[in-house]
Amino acid sequence: MAPLAVAAGSFGAAFGVLAQAAGMGVLAPIVMSATTFGGAAQFAAASVLDEGGSVVAAVAAAVLLNARYGAIGIAVAPAFQGSWLRRLVESQLIVDESWAVAQIGQGRIDRRVLVGAGLVLFPFWVGGTTLGVLFGDVLGDPERFGLDAAFPALFLALLATQLVNRRTVIAAAAGGLIAFVLIPVAPPGVPVIAASAVCLVGLMRR
Amino acid sequence: MVVLLVGAFTIAFRAAGPVLLGGQELPQRLASAFELLAPAVLAALVVTQSFAEDGKLVVDEKLVGVGVAVVAVRLRAPLIAVMVLAAVSTALVRWAF
Repeated sequence: MAPLAVAAGSFGAAFGVLAQAAGMGVLAPIVMSATTFGGAAQFAAASVLDEGGSVVAAVAAAVLLNARYGAIGIAVAPAFQGSWLRRLVESQLIVDESWAVAQIGQGRIDRRVLVGAGLVLFPFWVGGTTLGVLFGDVLGDPERFGLDAAFPALFLALLATQLVNRRTVIAAAAGGLIAFVLIPVAPPGVPVIAASAVCLVGLMRR
Repeated sequence: MVVLLVGAFTIAFRAAGPVLLGGQELPQRLASAFELLAPAVLAALVVTQSFAEDGKLVVDEKLVGVGVAVVAVRLRAPLIAVMVLAAVSTALVRWAF
């Protein structure tokens, strides 16, 4: 979790810097980190605004990017128990990283790992954003330290643990290929959502 | 405005599954389909995080880091080592060129 927390904090700071430059003020970026809690979606919204895009375009880009949490939420639903309020609060800790590290095989997750990872990531992400908004100029660019390569590396390492049989290898290959082909032609976010549709093929056979 | 709307949508996306279906077992066929969600989405995340930037295909220094990560994963390096090696190798390439 330590490198993950450092990476999350650094990119939270980078988001704060970008949001500041996009004219989002001081409070809005911090509130966004606390409520949206999704790096890619926040970067997308801030950069659309930075380029002079409309509010509708910014919201659409970010919402598309986070729509995958709908599918992930359904997949992890069996692990979430207790009152609906508790499930509501805990569900907000579902991010790519916490979901990925909580995998225990066969599509199941350990809810305690997911919640624990989310609780570690959250303060680093929001705290990083706050630092970025307030002291953006002092902090270096996280890309200088190669931190942008740490995320694909994380997902790659977790993907390797998922490739347990032919079905999962085929699903991964298909998901990766669909995403790659769609990157240049579809808006950001769509490649990952389209890739998640691969699992529906699993409905047909067996 | 943007912050409020995006926040509301995201909270709803995340909450829908656990709040509406929490604690119930998914039907067998659906559960076996969702076994494929993790490999498909993780592979898509690897690809988009490696190549996508603002809706364009971009090839840059971080591919070196991702390549190093592939080797590290093959050698069964621990998760932390994979991430650190990817970041350090990418940083070195950026620093050197």
